[in-house]
Order: sequence, then structure tokens, then C-alpha cells
Amino acid sequence: MVVVCHTVVRRIGGCRTVGLSRPTADGNWLVDLNVAYLEMPEPLIFSKDLCKTFNGLKAVDGISLRMSRGECFGILGPNGAGKTSTVRMIYGFSPVSSGTLKVFGMDIQKHARLIKAKSGVCQQENNLDPDLTVFQNLVTFASYFDIPRANARQRASELLRFMRLEHKEHAKILELSGGMQRRLVIARALINKPELLILDEPTTGLDPQSRHQVWARLAELKAQGLGILLTTHYMEEAAHLCDRLVIMDHGRILVEGGPLDLIHQNVGVNVIEVESPSESLLKFVKESDLDHEELSHRLLIYTRDGETLFGKISEGFCDRGCSLRMATLEDVFLKLTGRELRD
Amino acid sequence: MAVREMNWLPQISPRFCRILQRNSQVLRRTWMISFLPPILEPVLYLLAFGAGLGLLVREISYRGEPVSYVAYIAPALIAINIMYNAFFENTFASYVRMYYQKTYDAIMATPLNLDEIITGEIVWGAVKSLIATILMMAVISFFRLLVYPQALLIVPLAFLGGLVFGSVAMCFTALVPQIEVFNFPIFLFITPMFLFSGTFFPLETLPHWAQVLAQVLPLTHLVALVRALAMGKLEGQLLLSLLYLFFFSAGTFILAIVLMRRRLII
Repeated sequence: MVVVCHTVVRRIGGCRTVGLSRPTADGNWLVDLNVAYLEMPEPLIFSKDLCKTFNGLKAVDGISLRMSRGECFGILGPNGAGKTSTVRMIYGFSPVSSGTLKVFGMDIQKHARLIKAKSGVCQQENNLDPDLTVFQNLVTFASYFDIPRANARQRASELLRFMRLEHKEHAKILELSGGMQRRLVIARALINKPELLILDEPTTGLDPQSRHQVWARLAELKAQGLGILLTTHYMEEAAHLCDRLVIMDHGRILVEGGPLDLIHQNVGVNVIEVESPSESLLKFVKESDLDHEELSHRLLIYTRDGETLFGKISEGFCDRGCSLRMATLEDVFLKLTGRELRD
Repeated sequence: MAVREMNWLPQISPRFCRILQRNSQVLRRTWMISFLPPILEPVLYLLAFGAGLGLLVREISYRGEPVSYVAYIAPALIAINIMYNAFFENTFASYVRMYYQKTYDAIMATPLNLDEIITGEIVWGAVKSLIATILMMAVISFFRLLVYPQALLIVPLAFLGGLVFGSVAMCFTALVPQIEVFNFPIFLFITPMFLFSGTFFPLETLPHWAQVLAQVLPLTHLVALVRALAMGKLEGQLLLSLLYLFFFSAGTFILAIVLMRRRLII
């Protein structure tokens, strides 16, 4: 009897499952689970109880996260939540105060140089070199990675085309618009063909056209399998790009998950917004034990069954300013981090 | 943690040369502005002091021998030029790159570390001193005020002098809260040195305590060395001045790196 064995590789939740399968009498394949084993891919970023303290302030307070290769991972949070402090440790800029942090499986405190050689970083400020032209910015940056000059020039041209900046090759940095500068910063971060791209608020301060342009390029990079770590306070951006994300506040992770899962788990499917809710509606909401939030002159009701409830509320309690919409990540964000100003 | 805190010694690989490449690329565009002063300044000084003050002073005693006043101050002008080039490069220019342009931040996300960036900046300041010295020597040579071949040794000395003043400058750059504060080190450190380091008159004319104080100033030793080389009168005592400059630059270089880490690595 001839036994044909096949190695079966399947993806289950980001992990590769490898097992042996053999044909059965009725022509099906049977996966032999006894020999199957889970091959956990090495995480791109792994942190455990990561802390950062400076000037007596605990900016990052025990963060544990795991980001896989090819994944776009988002860190969301209001200003001062500790997003930037976290990524600055990840790209080897700030020393770790305590806890474990490994990038590419290497300890950041021991192998910062190796890790930096394989990462691309787009810091929050546009720190392009204003003393140099657009093209020189890329080629000079390539020299920091010991990329030979001929390769660097070729790569710079490719990246300028990819970022739609080829017509600005000889321009000075200060002649570029905000959106162009941002695209050039991303191009610069890609000069060393990184395996991990770290973006700290990549689209803050950009107009919608520029923002969508950046998103389109990032989506392309993601499709090529590049791991992207992103901090942002634009919920739309996170929902658009991230496979998984965490919401941080006061240096801690509040929730972790896929954008849709987080919405469903924390606020449901729909939100009913009521302008200047009546007393009777407030009473109804409280008596029915509905998940809601009372703001000044506005009531938000989070629900999984929007249509039915909306029908009931708009007929019974609402005469004006009552609307039903899909729940968004922004609802999750505001619900978890509160609505008070952070500056 | 304890291991890292003990590790105050600079961690430097040849990668710091990348900073020199970056800065020289910028200089290729601005060299006219950067190197006009070392060419024009000695001409102005020599005219003012030679034709003006020189008529009153005429001769001055250098190691028991009379020399013309112009020949006396010409080497001092070279030494001052060495000081200025490195000091201004590593104060104002470095501060602009560090604070306003965030150039260091961008580079710190690459395989270069901060120690290498600062080393590159200081060495760059010394390179600028060296280039400016060559230009200035070319001009002064027209006045026949340099004795060759001994004067050629001023070129490597300019590099060492550049390291001395560049390292000191980098310490100030690591400390000042804003760019205007550089006026303090200029007023309290550079200007007194410019005047009281045996530049325009012999140290022996000063009261004893001031002479002792002057020996602490690095420019005193640089002026002594440049003057001896320019006049072709080398003697053993100059070795002490050379050693002083060497240790002064080594000390301030390490201090600059430690202070910069304290400022930028948070």
C-alpha cells in the first residue's frame, strides 16, 4: 500500500498550522492532527511589562504587545497617552526603563544597531534635511545605512516614483507642501528596504487629499507584506489600515483587537444620536437599561439592534434631531478614554 | 541598568564619517559664504594692524629677538581663525541642526548612534578649521610672514586646535536652553581668549596672576605653537603646549558626548 503524505499548511488566526495529511478510502484527505504542530511565527515586535519613566512621570506603564510579520498594527490614544514614548523605545531612540522589548526577536537594549538597520522610521515631526534637495535627502539617508551610492540613487528614484514625487527630485525641502514632505519622509523610511515600518502619526496636519494619498501608498506597502506599526489619533485612519490595534491611555493598554471586533465588543453595531433628549426618553433609556452616554444636549445610545430600537425611539420620544448611524472606532475611543480635553 | 550607566565611554565606529559626508555635501553649496572670512579677515587685520597700529608699535620682542608687529600677530590670526571656525560650527550650526532641523533625531533612527553623530560633528568642525587655515595661510604667505617648511605643520595643528574648540563648543551646545544663550560663552570664554592669550601682545606684559590664568586657556597654547611654527623656531617646551591641547580636547570631547546623551537620549 502506498501512503501519500502531504504537508498541509494552513493559516489559522495568523499562525501557520503544519500537519501531515493522507488520503482516506472514500477519497477525502485526512489531516493527521497528531503530527500537526503549531509553528508560531516569530513576532516582529514583542513586549512584556514595558515601562518608560522620565522626569518622575510614568509615560508607559506596563505594556505587553505582540505584532506579527505582515501585520498593520495600530496604537491609538489621546495626546499624552504614551504612544510616542512606546514607539520611540521600539525604534531604539529611548532607552527602556523596565520590562522586555524585542524587535525581530532581538533585545532592543543589546542589538539596537541591528534592529535599526532593518527598520524604517517616520517620526512625528518632519525632520527632513532642509540643507539638502529631495533627492540628496534620500541618497544621504541611504549612506547612514551603508547602502552603496549607485544602489542608493536607483532606490531613491524608485521611491520618488512610488511616492509620486519624481517631479520634485531637485526641489528644496521648504518648497514642498506638507503632504509632499510627509510622503518624502515615508520614502526616506523605506530607503533601506525595511522589514518593519514605524509611523508616528503619519498624516497629522495633512489635507484630505494628501491623507488619502498616504493611505493608498501604505495600503500598497501592506499588500507587499511589510509590517507596519502606526500611531494615530485619527480613528478613520486606524480603521482603514490596521489589522489589529490597541487603544492606550495614561500609559496603559485599554483594549486590543481588530477594528470591527473592538466596535462590536465595546459599543455594538449602531449608535442612535438624539439632540436635546426629552425627560421621557431619558427615563425610558434608564428603565430599559440601554447602554448610553449623556452629553450636554445630546444623548448617545449604543445598540446591536439599531433598526428596531430606532423605530421605537423616533416614534415614541423624538420629534427632532434623532438619527441612526453605524458605530465607529471613534465611539469606542471616546467611550474608553473619555471626552475631556487633554491639553 | 547599572551596566549602561557605567558605560560612559564614547561608543564610536567609523560610521561617524557619514556625518562628515553629509556636512561636506552641504558645504559644497555654501563654501563661498563659509570660506570668504578666512581669506578676507587676515587682509583686513594685517592692514589695520600693519599700516595702523604697526606704525606705533613697529617691533616687538619675541624670545629675545625683535620681530615686526605684523609678523608677531599674523600667526595669532591663524590661531584665532582655527578657534572661530570650529567653535562657531559646533555651537550655532550644530545647534540649528540639532534643535531646529532635528537632523540628529532623524539620524538616530538609523544604524548611527548619538556618539557617532556628535563625533562626526566635532571632527567636521576640525575639518573646517583645517580648510580655513590652509586658505588663510595661502593669503598670509603673500605677505612673506610664514617660514616654510616648518609652517606646514600648522595644517595638522589646525585639526587638533579644531578638535579642542569644537569639543568645548559641543559642551555648550548640549547645555544651552536656547540659541541666544551662546552669547555667554562667547562673551565669557571666546572674547577673553581672543584678547589675552598672547595674541596681540606678549603675555609677559600681564601681571603674574593673569599670566598663570592665561596658561589655562587653550588658545594661549595654540597661539604659542602656531607662532613658533610660523617663525620656524621650534623648541622642546612647546611639547607641553601640544600635550595640553591633546588632553584638553580628549577631556572636553568625552564631556561633550556625556552631556549630549543627557540632553537628547530621554
